[in-house]
Amino acid sequence: MTDTLAPIQDRPAAPARAEPRVALVGNPNCGKTALFNALTGARQKVANYAGVTVERKEGQVSTPAGQRAHVLDLPGTYSLRARSPDEEVTRDVVMGKFRGEAAPDVIVAVADATNLRLALRLLLELKQVGRPVALALNMYDIAQRQGLRIDLDRLSQELGMPVVTTVATRRRGLDDLLAQVDRLSVDGLRSDDQWHAPSAAELRAAHREAERIMKVCVRPPERPDTWTGRLDGVLLHPVWGTLILFAILFLMFQAVFTWARPVMELIDGGFKSAGELVNHTLPDGMLRSLLADGVIAGVGSILVFLPQILILFFFIILLEDFGYMARAAFLMDRMMGVAGLHGRAFIPLLSSFACAIPGIMATRVIDNKRDRITTILVAPLMTCSARIPVYTLIISAFIPPKVVWGVVNLQGLVMFGLYAAGIASALIVAAVVRRLFWRSAVEPFLMELPAYKAPDLRNVAQNVLMRGQIFLRRAGTVILSMMILIWFLSSAPGAPAGATGPAIDYSFAGMIGHAIEPILRPIGFNWQMGVALIPGMAAREVAVGALGTVYAVAGGEAATGTLASTLAGHWSLATALAFLAWYVFAPQCASTLAVVKRETNSWRWPVVMFCYMLAAAYLAAFVTYHAAAALGGG
Amino acid sequence: MARDAHLPQSGAELRRLNELRRGDRGVVARVGVDDHEAHGVSAEELERRLLEMGFVEGARLAVLFEGLIRRDPMAVRVDDLRVALRRREAQAVVVALDDDSRSRGR
Repeated sequence: MTDTLAPIQDRPAAPARAEPRVALVGNPNCGKTALFNALTGARQKVANYAGVTVERKEGQVSTPAGQRAHVLDLPGTYSLRARSPDEEVTRDVVMGKFRGEAAPDVIVAVADATNLRLALRLLLELKQVGRPVALALNMYDIAQRQGLRIDLDRLSQELGMPVVTTVATRRRGLDDLLAQVDRLSVDGLRSDDQWHAPSAAELRAAHREAERIMKVCVRPPERPDTWTGRLDGVLLHPVWGTLILFAILFLMFQAVFTWARPVMELIDGGFKSAGELVNHTLPDGMLRSLLADGVIAGVGSILVFLPQILILFFFIILLEDFGYMARAAFLMDRMMGVAGLHGRAFIPLLSSFACAIPGIMATRVIDNKRDRITTILVAPLMTCSARIPVYTLIISAFIPPKVVWGVVNLQGLVMFGLYAAGIASALIVAAVVRRLFWRSAVEPFLMELPAYKAPDLRNVAQNVLMRGQIFLRRAGTVILSMMILIWFLSSAPGAPAGATGPAIDYSFAGMIGHAIEPILRPIGFNWQMGVALIPGMAAREVAVGALGTVYAVAGGEAATGTLASTLAGHWSLATALAFLAWYVFAPQCASTLAVVKRETNSWRWPVVMFCYMLAAAYLAAFVTYHAAAALGGG
Repeated sequence: MARDAHLPQSGAELRRLNELRRGDRGVVARVGVDDHEAHGVSAEELERRLLEMGFVEGARLAVLFEGLIRRDPMAVRVDDLRVALRRREAQAVVVALDDDSRSRGR
C-alpha cells in the first residue's frame, strides 16, 4: 500500500476529550512497564481482556493540563503483525478493533534509547495506524552514559511525531511526556488506518528505512555497553553458565521453602485459632461448621500460599528485570526441547516443586500459547510440597528404614523415586500433549537476549505486590467456593444420633467413598481411602488428616506416628505403594484446578488436566498394586 | 553504521548460519526458507519472524555462544541486537563469512 498518511480533510481533529485514553506500546524489554508504573503509581487496575487470557493493566494519571488520563500498558511486541495472543491484543487495541475496548486517543510508543533500530520498525508500523503517536525514548540515562548521540529534533522530524526522553526508573521526563499527551489528545492528527500485515519485502523495506533514519539521527555509542558481553561470557558459558543457573535456582528454592515457612506457619496458626474461637463461641451446628471448617479454613488455605508466591515472584521479577530470564531459557532450551517444551518452561516447572500454583502463574513468561498450556498441564506432576506429608506418612508406615547397596537409605530412595517419577511423567505427558493437541512441529525459538540492567527495586516491589493481589483476587474467589463445596460434601448431612463411626462416614463424602469402592478395589484401595480422597481434593496434605478421621485416630494430623502404625495394620504393602503411585498423578488439588481455570480463562484445560491426571493415577495405581501383589506384597 | 559498508566481499564463502561455530562472523547474505522441513510455521512466516528479529540482508552477524548439548541453541549478535535461536531455524539464514572466519579450520 502506497497511500500517503495525510490527514483526512473532512475529519477534523478530535475535540478535547474529558479523559484521554493513552496506550503504551513498545518492544519487550524497553522499560514499558516501568514507565507505566512510574506514570500511574498505585492507581492501577489489573484484569483480563474479555475472552482471552491476556492481562489488561490500566492506570490513571493526572496530566499537566489537569486532566485525568487513562493509561493502558499493552503487551510488548516487535511488530503489529501479532504472533501470539498477547501481541494480537496489542494490535487490536491500538487499532481500536478490540471488542469492548475504546480506541486509544494517543499512542505512546516506548523505545529503549540504546536499542533504537528495533523500535524504529515498530514505530513505522504504528504510524500507519493513523492515530497520534508520541515517542518516549526510555532509558535515556543509559544512552547518555554510553555516549550515544541521538539528534532528537531530526528524529522527531523524520518520524513526524514528538519525541520525549524519559528515565522511567527515576521518573524523569514524565511531565514532558504527559504534556505531549495533552497536546496530541487535542490537536493530534488522525487519519484512516492504513496498516496491513507487512510482507517479507515490506519488512525489508522497513529495515532500509530504519537504517536510513539511524544513519541521520544516531551516532553510535562512544562507550558501548561491554558489561553484557562480559557477563554473558560467564552466564552463557555451556558449563559455568549452567552451574550458575543451578546455584541461582538452589538459592531461590531454599528461599521459597525456608523464608516462607515461618510466615506460612503464622498464617496457618492464625486461621486455626480463629477456627477454634468460632468453635468455642458458636453453638454446635452446621453454621459453626461452615464458618470454622468451610470459610475460615478455606480462606486460610488460600492465604497460606501467599508467602511462597510473593518470594518466588520476587526472584522471578528480579531476574527478569536484570535480563537473566532469557539466559536461563537459552541454557535450558535444549533439555526442555527433548519433551517439546520451550526453554522458558524451565523456571515455572521448577517452581512447581514448591507448589504448582505459583508455577502455573509463572508460565506467563512463555509467549507462545501452546507452549504455555503444555507447561501448565504438566506443572502439577512436579512433586509439590503438599505431597510431602502424604509421602512421608506412607513411607514411614510401610518402607523399612534399612540401608541398601551399602549407603542408600531405602526410605530416601523411595522418596527420590517418587520425585523422579513425577519429572519423567511430566516430560512424557508434555511430549504426548504436543502430539495429541497440536500436531504441528515445534514453534520457532527466536528470542532477544536483552542487555543486562540493574533492577529497580521499587519497580520490582510494585510488580511483586501486584502478583500477590492478582492471586488473592482471582484465584481466591474460585478456590474459596471449591473449599466450601468440599466442606459441604465432607460434613453434610451430619451424623445421626447414636452414630458409632466418625461423622464423615455419614456425609456425602462417606457415601461417595462407599459408592466408588467397587471402582477403587482393582487398584487395591478400600472404602476408607475413598472417603479420605474427597476432602483430600481441597489440598493433598488434607488427605493425611482425613485418613486420621476415617480411621478414628485420636489427634489426627498431629499424631502421624499413631496413624502410620494404624495404616500399617490395615493396608497391605501393595495398597500402600498403589496409594503412593496414585498421589504422583492424582489431580488432588482443587486450588490448582482453579488457578488453571483462571490462567487459561476457560474450563477446558482444567477439565483436560483433571481427566488425564485421574486416568494416569488410576493406571499407575493399578499397575503398581498388581505388580506389588504379584511380587508378594499383597 | 552505513548499510553498504556491510555488503559481503565478493567471493566470500557462503554458509548457513546453523553450520557456523562460536567466533564466526560475517554479513547476512540471504534470509529465506528453502528446505521442506516443518518449522511449525509456514516458510514465509519464519522468514518474516527472522526479519523482525533483525536478520536482514546486509546485517553484521557474529556467533557469540553455543548451547551445551549439540551446540544448540546459539546466541548471535545481529547488528546491535543479541538474539538466541535454534540451529533448526538458523538454517534459513545464509551468511557471507569474513575472511578471518573462513580460514578457521573446520
